[in-house]
Amino acid sequence: MSPLSTLTPLTVKKPSPARNRLRGGARYAPTLATVGLFIAMFAVGAGMYPSFLSGQVFLNLFIDNTFLIVLAVGMTFVILTGGIDLSVGAVVALSMMVSATLLQQGWNPGAVIVLVLLIGGGLGLLMGLIIQYFDIQPFIVTLAGMFLARGLCYVISLDSIPVTEAFFTGMAQAQIPLPGDLFVSPGVLLALGIVAVAFFVLHHTRFGRTVYAIGGNEHSAMLMGLPVKATKILVYALSGLCSAIAGILFSFYSLSGYSLAAQGMELDAIAAVVIGGTLLTGGTGYVLGSVVGVLVLGIVQTFIAYDGTLSSWWTKIVIGGLLLVFILLQRLFARKAG
Amino acid sequence: MNEIVPVVEMTDIAIGFPGVKALDGVDFRLFQGEVHALMGENGAGKSTLIKALTGVYTIDSGTITVLGEPKRFSTPGESQAAGISTVYQEVNLCPNLTVEENVLLGREPRRRGSIDWKGVRSRTREVLAELQLDHIDPGSLLSTHSIAIQQLIAIARSVEINAKVLILDEPTSSLDADEVNQLFRVIRDLRDRGVAILFVSHFLEQVYEISDRMTVLRNGKLVGEYMTRDLTRMSLISKMIGKDMEALTELDQASARTRASNGAGVTPFVEAKGLGRKGSVSNVDLSIYPGEVVGLAGLLGAGRTEIARLFFGADRADEGTIKVKGAGQKIRSPRAAIDKRIGFCSEDRKEEGLIGDLTVRDNLVLAMQASKGWARRIPRRVQDELVAEYIEALDIRPANPDALIRNLSGGNQQKVLLARWLVTHPELLILDEPTRGIDIGAKTQIQKLVNKLAADGMSILFISSELEEVLRVSDRVAVIKDRAMVAEINNDGVSVEDVMTVIAGGAQ
Repeated sequence: MSPLSTLTPLTVKKPSPARNRLRGGARYAPTLATVGLFIAMFAVGAGMYPSFLSGQVFLNLFIDNTFLIVLAVGMTFVILTGGIDLSVGAVVALSMMVSATLLQQGWNPGAVIVLVLLIGGGLGLLMGLIIQYFDIQPFIVTLAGMFLARGLCYVISLDSIPVTEAFFTGMAQAQIPLPGDLFVSPGVLLALGIVAVAFFVLHHTRFGRTVYAIGGNEHSAMLMGLPVKATKILVYALSGLCSAIAGILFSFYSLSGYSLAAQGMELDAIAAVVIGGTLLTGGTGYVLGSVVGVLVLGIVQTFIAYDGTLSSWWTKIVIGGLLLVFILLQRLFARKAG
Repeated sequence: MNEIVPVVEMTDIAIGFPGVKALDGVDFRLFQGEVHALMGENGAGKSTLIKALTGVYTIDSGTITVLGEPKRFSTPGESQAAGISTVYQEVNLCPNLTVEENVLLGREPRRRGSIDWKGVRSRTREVLAELQLDHIDPGSLLSTHSIAIQQLIAIARSVEINAKVLILDEPTSSLDADEVNQLFRVIRDLRDRGVAILFVSHFLEQVYEISDRMTVLRNGKLVGEYMTRDLTRMSLISKMIGKDMEALTELDQASARTRASNGAGVTPFVEAKGLGRKGSVSNVDLSIYPGEVVGLAGLLGAGRTEIARLFFGADRADEGTIKVKGAGQKIRSPRAAIDKRIGFCSEDRKEEGLIGDLTVRDNLVLAMQASKGWARRIPRRVQDELVAEYIEALDIRPANPDALIRNLSGGNQQKVLLARWLVTHPELLILDEPTRGIDIGAKTQIQKLVNKLAADGMSILFISSELEEVLRVSDRVAVIKDRAMVAEINNDGVSVEDVMTVIAGGAQ
């Protein structure tokens, strides 16, 4: 009965195998380029300064940037949907201020951490709701969120507040020994744990795939019946939560709260995500790439510290240059693939 | 036999937008195992009806039942859950994801909360094999495939859902003939398996080839439901445009216009050969001589505006040649067209033509100033003279150069737009629907003006959805059907019915 057997197969314009491989590879190309860049920079560093080539220098990249890794994870989700979150740096500062103040007043550190996570996640959720239901540009909404969070910091205190509480100082000093006289901080394990969870969520859950679908074509995703609204809102809540975690990690690292802290950190996080191969237009990118992006930013700083004569502002100039190069590269890859 | 229950029944559906009744009391039914064509001109309400059924728009009143159960859809997800799946003209999939993900997005098989990627792969292979599409690599990125394949992948997605209803909205508009045949094979196969298919297309021949039944809409209202085999192309067209045969034949025949001399030895102002653009129009052979009015006749959506845009460089032709005054040229941009003295009054005078918040004077001077370059400002005195001249010549009312355009009536706005091009002294003027939505008096004035301009030696390409108007003003009529030019008729006493016969008949 069924005329299926009479169907002649459709002729597909088959790309040649070589071309196919290129196209498949093109998906990973920006991220692989970042990995290559990192290895090259490490090799150059090792050539210039013999002490550069050590496991601990590598691990310090993680130790000194735990908060940025966590921020970049949240930012990856947001940018994958085609959005942006400018509030993260200010939320980091707010989280630090809140914890420093409450710890000074003798709050239990566990309660402080829970409260900070609630504040960060709640702010993110609020921004997501506004972005979705009032259909406002994420850029504007999170800019407003940035001013709000930063303003709240000043309301709490204009001065730097030291953290002397035992759990926080303990976490600041704790070292987890690794074989070969190496060590990492507990924050590194937490940050890498978050990266692993984010990887699983993005690649092995429907929520994660919806994030990619929204970035690819939001209208299509809506017409395919995917939960676009909920996903977009949740992505900003996640980013807020990551900012709060980053704030706590930064408190472990700096043992203080200061309203001017983490200025411009949102831009570092965006830079790390983009250098790590995520397209600003959304839909393409990997959370592991963002981690490598953070390491690249870290190694630039290490370079400048090793040199000793350069002003630390050179870090910004180099990062700016890298960012430009990577965005141009992405454009080239996109053209080839298209 | 029992009474057959429609898979989908929509009764007395109304949807309104501010200022417009997009759908007004429309009934629609769709049965299992049929291909049902939804017909109507642009703006008749086809897309709105589809969007009501797919949950993109919420209906203001009326009822929708699916398999006898009343439903109310407020999101596409709800409509899909009821077994209704849609493939849109612009394929609504995610280009950044793989074929298998696009087929299964949102319904991926899972094991303990984690997507079972092996399951995704095998399920996709199954579905593609069912449609005989097993040569498509499920792991390849969607963006590496042609639009035709992407559309078939979208259909595969609806097969995977086990959709009872498949809506195809203009699926063939960017496919070539081969691809259309392959799509039709898949459609027929699904129909034979009992899927109810709603098919929307501007291509009459395709509708007659594939559909069993059709519903005709006009201006948001239901005209009727017919069996395709019982409805001739002629009567379908007259139902779509809303004029019955007798009324059409009674209409004025073309008023005698002294035909321009375009005998041997005269070079046409423009000469297009095989002009076309992929996904837009094809096969346009059209010459326009100085002093000649050429009309484009065809249904709305047949490709009339697209042809105009090719001549004006608003879209770039990718096949065929175009000669301006005998010299081979490429018209790459509107700017290049203006340099060659081609003017284009667009169909949508509000969106593309006039700037409502500027005065009559400013709008008039815009095109001229643009052609002179911004550095050389046209002196106010010259502006005033020009503006006064055209206000008088075209009888623009109010005769006040400082009136804001948005406060003028449609007919007067159209005259300003025309004047705006006339001040640049074009040699070819393309008029796309110059008389739409304006009153009969202004309409006659514009038709007279067209005749006068041609008598003064201008070439004019005249587009209108009113066939009688096209015949009244044109020396020659090019008939456009299914996005290609199918015939060219010398307008010596041609009747509206003659043109409709050409549109209804096959090519030639």
